[in-house]
Amino acid sequence: MSYQVDENGYYGEFGGQYVPELLMPNIVELTDRYLEIIEAPEFQRRFQGFLRDYVGRPSPLYFAERTSDKVGYQVYFKREDLNHTGAHKINNAIGQALLAQKLGKRRIIAETGAGQHGVATATACARLGLDCVIYMGEVDIQRQAPNVKRMKMLGATVIPATSGSKTLKDATNEAMRDWIANPEDTHYIIGSVVGPHPFPDMVARFQSVIGAELKEQLGEKIGRDYPDSIVACVGGGSNAIGIFFHYLDEPRAKLIAVEAAGEGLTSGKSAATTALGKKGVLHGSTTLFMQTADGQVEEAHSVSAGLDYPGVGPQHAHLFSTGRVFFASVTDEDALCAAKECAQLEGIIPALESAHALSYLKVLKNDSDHVTVLNLSGRGDKDMETYMLHGLDQKDA
Amino acid sequence: MTERVKNLFSDSSRRPLLSIFYTAGYPELDSTAPIFQILEKSGVDFVELGIPFSDPIADGPVIQQSSAIALDNGMNVAKVIAQVREIRESCEMPIFLMGYLNPALQYGFERFLDDISEAGADGVILPDLPLLDYERKYREEFEKRNLSNVFLITPQTPEERIRKLDELSTGFLYVVSSPSITGSKLQMNQQRDEYLSRVQGYNLKNPLIVGFGISDRESFLAVTQYTAGAIIGTAFIRLLEEHGIDERKIEEYIFSVKGVEA
Ligand SMILES: Cc1ncc(COP(=O)(O)O)c(C=O)c1O
Repeated sequence: MSYQVDENGYYGEFGGQYVPELLMPNIVELTDRYLEIIEAPEFQRRFQGFLRDYVGRPSPLYFAERTSDKVGYQVYFKREDLNHTGAHKINNAIGQALLAQKLGKRRIIAETGAGQHGVATATACARLGLDCVIYMGEVDIQRQAPNVKRMKMLGATVIPATSGSKTLKDATNEAMRDWIANPEDTHYIIGSVVGPHPFPDMVARFQSVIGAELKEQLGEKIGRDYPDSIVACVGGGSNAIGIFFHYLDEPRAKLIAVEAAGEGLTSGKSAATTALGKKGVLHGSTTLFMQTADGQVEEAHSVSAGLDYPGVGPQHAHLFSTGRVFFASVTDEDALCAAKECAQLEGIIPALESAHALSYLKVLKNDSDHVTVLNLSGRGDKDMETYMLHGLDQKDA
Repeated sequence: MTERVKNLFSDSSRRPLLSIFYTAGYPELDSTAPIFQILEKSGVDFVELGIPFSDPIADGPVIQQSSAIALDNGMNVAKVIAQVREIRESCEMPIFLMGYLNPALQYGFERFLDDISEAGADGVILPDLPLLDYERKYREEFEKRNLSNVFLITPQTPEERIRKLDELSTGFLYVVSSPSITGSKLQMNQQRDEYLSRVQGYNLKNPLIVGFGISDRESFLAVTQYTAGAIIGTAFIRLLEEHGIDERKIEEYIFSVKGVEA
């Protein structure tokens, strides 16, 4: 069974290129050139150089001792929160910005939910001297205000998406409309493993540095290059694919993806795509997403802006339907508790997205020598307002 | 192709053809048939009836908004089909259903083709239906039912691909006027004229119908110098937005575009 993309851009029955003809010239150009560009030794040297000296990679693999004591098995954190700009998103943003330069594109657009991908893209654009326009849902602009300020200081233009749910899905629509209107000078840096082929594969390749480092680090720390399980949160799925990538064909590593259940799976206010979604066509690919019986896209709900998306990438849809990855979900409330616990046990304030994965640790029942790696996808600075709103700064909340 | 579509495009005395796009279920759920009747009476040549979708990525704010309102009104694929059936009790103008792929997929694609054909639609325009899927999975299904499938081309589409899209289209080829979403203003420039006259020069199998940015007689005439006709969408939805279903206003507008004395 292959878990990687085939020559037509599909993962099993998922994927493909479902875009209006207006976008095809850009998609065809990318499809024809992305592998040749990113596999070139000179490109790899530049990319790896940026990851090392600018992003600060490799990100540490940290033994979370007090968390391990609490859950009763060995927990390591892959510290993507320590990257420049505070999350895994920068790996992909730098990669795609370098690729845009190779394609001769001077203007970059991107969508953002939590603002992490927006900040990462604005950062990469500032560094490489590219124009940058970020689309962000009006609701997210409110709840992730510090990131909006960061993007602006980095020189990006932030345009609010005011249609639909005014969150990530709508920001994605607006970015696609911009790309339609600017087919020649613009590259669209999609922030997760979603969209038409080749975006899911390209983003996965840029994020796969996480899993590649993990293999080496585990070898040094525990004497084997695979853990017994890996836990990662899933919005569109880029940090999860990034850490899973090199383990998809390693059956000894159990892979667990954690979606946002919002107020609960049956509450009508959720973002647990695989639990609640159906197969269909959204944002350029056949994938799983939450929709009505009539095929209208449903609005997702999560306290975490980065997980507030009604779909998952097509590779995740395939990994879910083949059973290679186990999908779980965690509610807003449990994620908030886990964030506080991580802060007070480990001295690390995690991003709300990552807190969903953290919360799942206590659900897992493992032997004491079981090794789990948790992808700590980002830091919580951007979420301080939400944390305070929920009383997490109170002593006994 | 249905007889209605064959007749429409074979009668060259009717050219330039005027097509109107509007969203089914807008402004009210049951507006679809009354608007259609007025358009037919005013001398419109064919209609594109929009099946509303929650995430219309090729559309600008005006059509997005009309889709959102239609969905709030309770519009869905089954209701559009029922309205087409109702329209066919009294009207003959060809109908192309225009929408995004997902609602048709969830309805069941073959069932969708069966039901729209039985109700009296003539074809579909699904901007996010990939050429490859059409060729491999659906072409025969369309042909069996005499339904047209219309592909779009844009100023960036290479000649070879234009020829392929033309070969796979039946009825007409939808020529997008400029790289833009719906509702952008038509650029009156040499570049656009060069594009349209280049495509005209390919001598394609299908008649060319231009859409995106056509709003009045001036823009209608500008593009139909090179083509068989043009489609007006956003400007017509704006008219509905402003005046509701006002028969006199609609007629005045259609006459003004067609250059007919009232
Ligand atoms: C810290 C963090 N983790 C996870 C995500 C979710 O995205 P993905 O599923 O693509 O990793 C985001 C998105 O903004 C994020 O900021």
